[in-house]
Amino acid sequence: MSKFDGLIAERQALIDTGVTDPFAIVMEKVKSPTEAVIAGKDTILLGTYNYMGMTFDPDVIQAGKDALDQFGSGTNGSRMLNGTFRDHMEVEQALRDFYGTTGAIVFSTGYMANLGMISTLAGKGEYVILDADSHASIYDGCKQGYAEIVRFRHNDINDLDKRLGRLPKEAGKLVVLEGVYSMLGDIAPLKEMVAIAKKHGAMVLSDEAHSMGFFGPNGRGVYEAQGCEGDVDFIVGTFSKSVGTVGGFCVSNHPKFEAIRLACRPYIFTASLPPSVVATAAASIRKLQFAHNKRQHLWENARTLHGGLKAMGFELGTENPDSAIIAVILKDQEQAVMMWQALLDSGLYVNMARPPATPAGTFLLRCSLCAEHTPEQIQKVLGMFKAAGQAVGVIA
Amino acid sequence: MTDRTEIFATVAPLIERFNKKGVAITDATTFAGDLEWDSLTVMDFVAEIEDEFDIIITMNMQAEIENVGQLVDAVAKLKG
Repeated sequence: MSKFDGLIAERQALIDTGVTDPFAIVMEKVKSPTEAVIAGKDTILLGTYNYMGMTFDPDVIQAGKDALDQFGSGTNGSRMLNGTFRDHMEVEQALRDFYGTTGAIVFSTGYMANLGMISTLAGKGEYVILDADSHASIYDGCKQGYAEIVRFRHNDINDLDKRLGRLPKEAGKLVVLEGVYSMLGDIAPLKEMVAIAKKHGAMVLSDEAHSMGFFGPNGRGVYEAQGCEGDVDFIVGTFSKSVGTVGGFCVSNHPKFEAIRLACRPYIFTASLPPSVVATAAASIRKLQFAHNKRQHLWENARTLHGGLKAMGFELGTENPDSAIIAVILKDQEQAVMMWQALLDSGLYVNMARPPATPAGTFLLRCSLCAEHTPEQIQKVLGMFKAAGQAVGVIA
Repeated sequence: MTDRTEIFATVAPLIERFNKKGVAITDATTFAGDLEWDSLTVMDFVAEIEDEFDIIITMNMQAEIENVGQLVDAVAKLKG
């Protein structure tokens, strides 16, 4: 255990400065998608991935209660054996309808969807080509499998082209991209990158975890917004963000897609999701398909918060409000922690993120918006940022 | 051996650009230990080496490369 001494010391040094431990927050009560009680205090939530605010939707909750009553609390088994119930089939149908695909496979978490899909799709002697800023689940999917792993510079179209060009022509290739990169909230130039991948004969998997519900005409994701639906072979997503529960999935039009169920270890060797979870997910996905007003409101919130913070002089992760994530860049850990603490004390929760999760060694306060944030809440949030930023000396 | 010497001569100046501590570069110099490079520096450096020699050093291969000598050998093999 001595290999953890460095980490233990760093954490202790942080806590010794007198701050609340940013990685040990407890929500004592959750009042709505946008409000909770933390350490006895009413707090606005601006650091969850509850983009579409579905967690307290009455229809979603009722679907879960009904499933609990009818099917019990758990499945006690793998999807492959005794763990496929009516609502696992229903949620996969809801996904096929939502994405307009012929195939949908549900995993127990989004992490396992990436782990399973990447490690199963690319075998020995084949190549996975991934963006350097990829999520940990993508990196871990690469480690779990037997393929050769090649990395390209974040969102760099030429770098991707160059690296693909150096690989053996005949070898199988899978290019893994993300619609929205969750640390800075920047989006990928998918249209160009997918075209490059196709030019080199590669298959493409796009992780659309942070775009589901509010990008593209049908809310399918960045790939739909950029018009490359015909060329993305696999879409990976999650139930833990816009859908508002837990679970992961992959959808595809590939004619042999169903074979994944027979070969994918993170699909086979784990218990399936509880009936209440898949029932809530199905109800939520059905509603997300037509949630045009929520979509619009979420984007309004993103624009207002981004514009307001920028006007105050904060350095942000993106020039424009490209997604529902707005990252405030701080100069070091000390400044990030002080700012985070000042916001929490005033009744606002945001995510603190630090290396190695963040790109280029940055320290971030990451805000993620919800369609259920009211305009009044956003104004209140801006006021809190102004006061905290001035108190800590981040802005003038 | 001349090929190896040439590769070393090309690699060394690329290392120097990231050599903040001014460590002497030999075959035995380690990237994590002697040069104290973090994962971001390693990534930038590997990309430079790849572009310089027009090769791909996969992450699987990178995991096996700990010192300069091993890198030079890997480049020689990939170029071959």
